Amino acid sequence: MILQAIFFYLFAGICVASAIMVIAARNPVHSVLFLILAFVNAAGLFVLIGAEFLAMILIVVYVGAVAVLFLFVVMMLDVDFAELRQGLLNYLPAGVVVGGIVLAELVFVVVAKVIQPGVAKAITAPIPPASTVSNTEALGLVLYTRYVYYFEAAGIILLVAMIGAIVLTLYHKPNVRRQVIADQVARRRATAVEVVKVKSGQGLS
Amino acid sequence: MIIGLGHYLSVGAILFTLGIFGIFLNRKNIIIILMSIELILLAVNINLVAFSAFLGDIVGQVYALIVLTVAAAEAAIGLAILVAYYRNRGSIAVEDVNLMKG
Repeated sequence: MILQAIFFYLFAGICVASAIMVIAARNPVHSVLFLILAFVNAAGLFVLIGAEFLAMILIVVYVGAVAVLFLFVVMMLDVDFAELRQGLLNYLPAGVVVGGIVLAELVFVVVAKVIQPGVAKAITAPIPPASTVSNTEALGLVLYTRYVYYFEAAGIILLVAMIGAIVLTLYHKPNVRRQVIADQVARRRATAVEVVKVKSGQGLS
Repeated sequence: MIIGLGHYLSVGAILFTLGIFGIFLNRKNIIIILMSIELILLAVNINLVAFSAFLGDIVGQVYALIVLTVAAAEAAIGLAILVAYYRNRGSIAVEDVNLMKG
């Protein structure tokens, strides 16, 4: 139990510290790297709490895909990031006010939360004991049966996002002749070939 | 030293606040704003998973999976819009985004 507490404070501390560095780092590349660190430590928290599948998904999706996407964009755009940091402190008071209010409200919620006794009866899909069914299997048993439509909706969202991203960033250079398959297929003999009778010895005038 | 629901909710609350604070602090840099949104969604996920584990209901983890999907889609679309905008204007300053004079 003491080991659990040690690891909780380790993961939570590094997670919060790297989240602070994400918003405070001067260089956006450092921000992305600290974002990766924050996600890895959040995955550690998930493992600690018994949600192994989500922890692995967090590593695969965020560290493997989203963070690399951020890195690509940061390195692809030739932007003077020092200029973007001008007037950074202008918005500090507003940020402190709004952030402080949100934090205070969340603290009140966390402190004053009461779990009603009836909640235990209202549970939709109880987590089976880890000795019989693993977390991944338990999640799959619920996700592919009761929540299959939500699962498919998530798939459609990803498809739309993929097509949208391609459409937004696809860029054809002007003045480059491209192969148009439809035009090639639509050619007929009448428009493509002309047969000319040539008398021998005269040629075409 | 029992780690309870309150501990995880506290981590989530701190991360959420840092995300909101980051949006205000980096008003000009839209890449950091997108990363702050990712932090906010991570905080939401931590809350969902913590409630799921401590109440013994796995539906919270299903919901966290859906939130993760939407977060990934949002990051992809946001960065694609950013790249398209940079091609048009040659800058990513948020304050210059006034093409529509809204």
